[in-house]
Parts: sequence; C-alpha cells; structure tokens
Amino acid sequence: MTFTRRETLAIGGATLAVATLPGKLMASTSDLIAGVTGGAAASAAGIELTAPEIAENGNTVPVAVSAPGAVAITMLAAGNPTPGVAKFTFGPGSAEQSASTRIRLAGTQDVIAIAEMADGSFAAVHKTVKVTIGGCGG
Amino acid sequence: MISRRDFLQVSMAASALYGASGFGNWGRLAAQQRLTQDDLLNFDTFGNVTLIHVTDIHAQMKPIYFREPEINLGVGGARGQMPHITGADFRRAYGIADGSPSHYALTYNDFSALAGTYGRVGGLDRVATVINAIRADRPDALLLDGGDTWHGSYTCYHTEGQDMVNVMNALNPDAMTFHWEFTLGSERVQEIVENLPFAALGQNIFDAEWDEPTDLFPPYKVFERGGTKIAVIGQAFPYMPIANPGWMFPEYSFGIRDERMQEMVDEVRDMGAEVVVVLSHNGFDVDKKMASRVSGIDVILSGHTHDALPEPVLVNETIIVASGSNGKFVSRVDLDVRDGRMMGFKHKLIPIFSDVITPDAQVAALIDEQRAPYINELTEVIGQSESLLYRRGNFNGSWDDLICQALIEEREADISMSPGVRWGPSILPGQDITREDIWNVTSMTYGKAYRTEMTGEFIHVILEDVADNLFNVDPYYQQGGDMVRIGGMGYRIDINQPQGSRISELTLLKTGERIDPAKTYVVAGWASVNEGTEGPQIWDVVEDYIRKQGTVTVAPNNSVKVVGA
Repeated sequence: MTFTRRETLAIGGATLAVATLPGKLMASTSDLIAGVTGGAAASAAGIELTAPEIAENGNTVPVAVSAPGAVAITMLAAGNPTPGVAKFTFGPGSAEQSASTRIRLAGTQDVIAIAEMADGSFAAVHKTVKVTIGGCGG
Repeated sequence: MISRRDFLQVSMAASALYGASGFGNWGRLAAQQRLTQDDLLNFDTFGNVTLIHVTDIHAQMKPIYFREPEINLGVGGARGQMPHITGADFRRAYGIADGSPSHYALTYNDFSALAGTYGRVGGLDRVATVINAIRADRPDALLLDGGDTWHGSYTCYHTEGQDMVNVMNALNPDAMTFHWEFTLGSERVQEIVENLPFAALGQNIFDAEWDEPTDLFPPYKVFERGGTKIAVIGQAFPYMPIANPGWMFPEYSFGIRDERMQEMVDEVRDMGAEVVVVLSHNGFDVDKKMASRVSGIDVILSGHTHDALPEPVLVNETIIVASGSNGKFVSRVDLDVRDGRMMGFKHKLIPIFSDVITPDAQVAALIDEQRAPYINELTEVIGQSESLLYRRGNFNGSWDDLICQALIEEREADISMSPGVRWGPSILPGQDITREDIWNVTSMTYGKAYRTEMTGEFIHVILEDVADNLFNVDPYYQQGGDMVRIGGMGYRIDINQPQGSRISELTLLKTGERIDPAKTYVVAGWASVNEGTEGPQIWDVVEDYIRKQGTVTVAPNNSVKVVGA
C-alpha cells in the first residue's frame, strides 16, 4: 500500500508529527507581542487564554480568550506561516470581553493573545499547543 | 517521593490531616513469611466513609502474572519521585523485605522465582471476595472503577466488552470513568453506557462539534453515605483521540480541562459535598500537577499509568492513590469526614494473591459463563516460552521483543514497531503460551499489522515525537504510554533533551550500519491510529510465528542506550 506523507503520520504505536519543532523558523513569542503593543510592556494579569495542551486535531483547535475591560484582543499563532489569526474588538456596549474560535496550527507552537485595555495598557498571555499524532497511549 | 514519616509530618503540618497506610501490617506479614486472606484484608475500619478503587483491569477476569516495571523514568520535577522509583530502591523506600510477598507484588526483581512461590495475582472472583469483605465492614462503601475495563482480552474483543460489563455489574460499582472503552466505537459505548446501572462520569468528556459537555457522561455524582455527602468527579483519559484512533469516536472531545475541574469542585462544594473525590484516568504525574492547580480535591483515585503504590502521595491537601492494573490490586481508603471536611484517612493497597484469597463462587461462575462459548479457542496451546515474557517498562519488554521479531519475520521487514502500551500480563519461563495469552497482549479493535516504507528521517521523527509524549518535562504534555518498541533497530536516547534532540545513533541491527535519513526502509507495525489500515491482525501474526518456533526464547535486548536517567 502507498502512504502519502500526510497519511503516514501516526503509523502504529508511532506517529508523526508535523516536523515543525518549537523555536525553529518561528517568529519569537516576545517579538510578536511587542509588534502588537508597539514595544510597550504587557501585563501577565487580566487576560485568560483557554487552549488544549495537545491538539486533538491540528486543523481545528478550539481556543477561547477573555480579558475583562479590553477594547480589543489580538490572537496570534507564532508558528504558522501567517501568525495573525484574529483581532476581536469590543464596543462600549459589550456585555463581556471574550471570544472563542477554532484555529489551524501548522505544528507545535505558542498561541498568543494580547488585550488592549481602555486605558491604553496591554495584557498578554501565551500557551504552547502541541500538535502531534500519538498512538501509544497505555 | 516522601517517606512515610515525612508524609505524616507534612500532612499534620499542612492541615491537621492525619493518615496511615496499611503498610505497617503488611511489612510484618512479610517478615513472618506467611500470608492469609485475613491478613490481606485486615483493616481497622476508620472514620465514616470508605472508598474502594479498582482501575485498568484490561478485561483480565482470571488470575495472571504481572511483572512491574524495571525502567520507569521521571523527568523534570518527577525525576526520582514516586512512581518513578523501581526495584530495590522502591523496596527500601517503603521498608519492604527482599523476598517478601510485597517484593513480588510491587517490584520486578527475581520475578520468575517469586512467582513460583507466591503464584498468580488478580481474578475478578477474588476481587469480588475482597470487595464483599470491605462491604461487610462498611456496607455503604463506594466502589469506583477508573476505567480501561472493557478492553484487553479475547472474550472482551469478541463480545465487544459485554463479558466485562456483565462481570463488573455483578460487583455493583457506584461510578466509572473511561479510556480504552471508547475504542469499541462510540455507538457501542453509547449502547452500553445507556444501560449501565451506575454513573458514567467524565467532566472532560465533551461533544466535539459544539465543544460542550454531554448528557451521557455527567461530570460528577454526589452520593450520600452514612449521613455524609461525597462528590465523585470523573476525569476520563485526556488524550484519547490522539493516543487512540479518534475516527472511532469522532463525536467526542476530551482534554485535561483543569479550569472546568475547578468549576466542578466549587459547584459540588456549593451543593454541600463534604468530601470531593476525583476518579481519574489522567495518569499519575498529570494527577499530581492537577492536584497542585485545582484546590478543594480531597482524594484522587489515579489510573492510566498502571502504578501500584502502597501509600498515597500527598500534594498540598490532596491524597493521590494509585491502584495498579490488570486486577492485581484493590485499594481501600477510609476517610474521616467531619465538619464539612476530610480530617484524616487510612489506606491499604490490597494485593490480590489468587492462591490466598478464596474466589467468590457466584462471580467465578459468572466469569466461566462468559468464557464458555470460547473456551476451546482460548485454551489452545500455541507454543512454549523458555523466557520470562513481560511488557511493562519505558523502552522494551520481552513480550514486545517477541512481537517485533514476529513482525520482522512474518512480514519480511527491516524494522518493526510495537505500541508502548502498559497492559498485558506476563508469561513465566517454561509456561505454555495459549491463544488467550497472545490476545492478552495484543487484543484491540485496531490491531491490523501494516507493512510500509519509511525514510530514515521519518523513523527518527516518529521516535522523537513518541519520546516527547513520555519525557516532556510538563506532565500535561505527556500521554501516559511508554516508548514505542522497535525491532531490528537500535538507538540512543537522552531523556532530558527537548523534542528533536533526544534520539541519535539510529542503527540497523542486521547490518550494524547507521540509519540513513534519505534511505527507505521496510517497516512493519501494528495499532495504527489511521482509518483504513490494511494487513493481517497482529494476534494472527504472532500466533503464526510462535507456532513455527514451537518454543520461543527472547534474548536480552540491549539495543536502546538510555542517557540521563
């Protein structure tokens, strides 16, 4: 039988991962955050990012972000060919400043969320999402 | 790990929580070299709540041999901590005498000789006797099943789990959580669960399409026993669609979801729960991390990684109980719950020595009834083994060496791969190998043995990927299996490196040459998570091979060089 590279991922007790390895050919998380904040420091508090530790399917990874009081939240995938994922903006009438979506990840990488607050300050959070195809769970 | 002495001091310092394990009694028993059912069951009933924990039975209804791991390495914060201590170091840590019953039950050394002395372990009819005895002390004890129950044998495969459902129902559990059960396929799982006479729990079992909780698997159940409200929250194996074929249960999503675990703990506390128990299939290191991040859990009954620990491990004010696998142990945990909180506990890991514990006649008959239609197939002798055949261990076991050799010879491959699962009983030197024995180490719903070509580079990527699932320093990124077993190829692994840098010196054993990243090799393996995998079933491949050999011998495997242990 013939396997394409894609089909062969996860053959038997084994697996494949998209060969993207963290830190290689990937925009740095801190540079990406600085790009959004214009170099301003970002607080680690005031923003929550929910994403799986290991993606069940790298083609559709559920992520959610919440930053009470934010006017905008930018979401980035550091390891994707195009890191920009989404920018959510919240008007004064928004009941809550949260959003959820599904994103595609090219491999194991940091997912980043940066909130711009009403006073012009920033909060940022990132979480590593591993893209793998296991097959050996005991 | 912390010593028994430290454990008591830490728990008192932390919260005036006091505790004890049954281990002291057990240690004396060992010294006396005698073993009776009364001794195994001896337990001064304590407090006002009793939990009985069984987990990872893998459909082993009859007594078996099961050798605990020799190599079980921890990385990062888990390095040198329980359960990553084995052999003599494990015995020293708990004061277990060499040659004692607990030496045999809990460590690997001298396994074949001690198995001759102490006999087989497990058997659900013996487990039933133990459960009945505990219920005689405490009639309203909760029996909790950590999952990996409806998988792992010839009869379980052919009845799609019904044999285990029938026998477990006779034990009358109060709740259960899940892992391999889902490899029966979601339709079959739903059919069984809809008719289960007890709670099927999983706070992390979600509808994949809507990413919402399901109706079929509620997050928790609150029991009222002896005037005490006990909340049991289920935590299914988080990485099912990754470690197992997600296409078999596409409607479901899992994950660790510890934020929701915290919400559930808070919710049951608000409902008046005085003690919170998590019935978990996370694996031990994941449970330790979860206990450090989620507050308000009193007891985690831990499953998945098949560890058997004679004392709970304490993380903050949570005790984590590990009850082994394959029906070899039952844990009893008595709790003193007063004034809305757990004030103390008493614990005993009860080894099921099958020659010592009298089988429950009713359950024994029920087990035989499940097996009767298949008894000729089960008991057919395929060959004999001159070697001890076992699986557990991070890198290779002799059962897997045999399976890998069968794949290379029967499928004419350069290299073979066998999944690093932790289930599968052992076979002693001189023992017959029956068809049942082969199925006990191979049975699954995706057992087809593929044969394909892979480049050296691709083989390397696979090894790096699986190694990271085992040796990532953050337990939340681990999947709880062992390293993929390799036949026909050796390698070096530095477990403390990051993904991409652990594996080197890949060597094709038949030529002694290094694996060429650009060259293509014929690889045979089984347990692919891909839909549509083609090939003969692995149990047929192994049976054919053993039948041709007559008597099998497995030479010591030194092809994996481990660095950083």
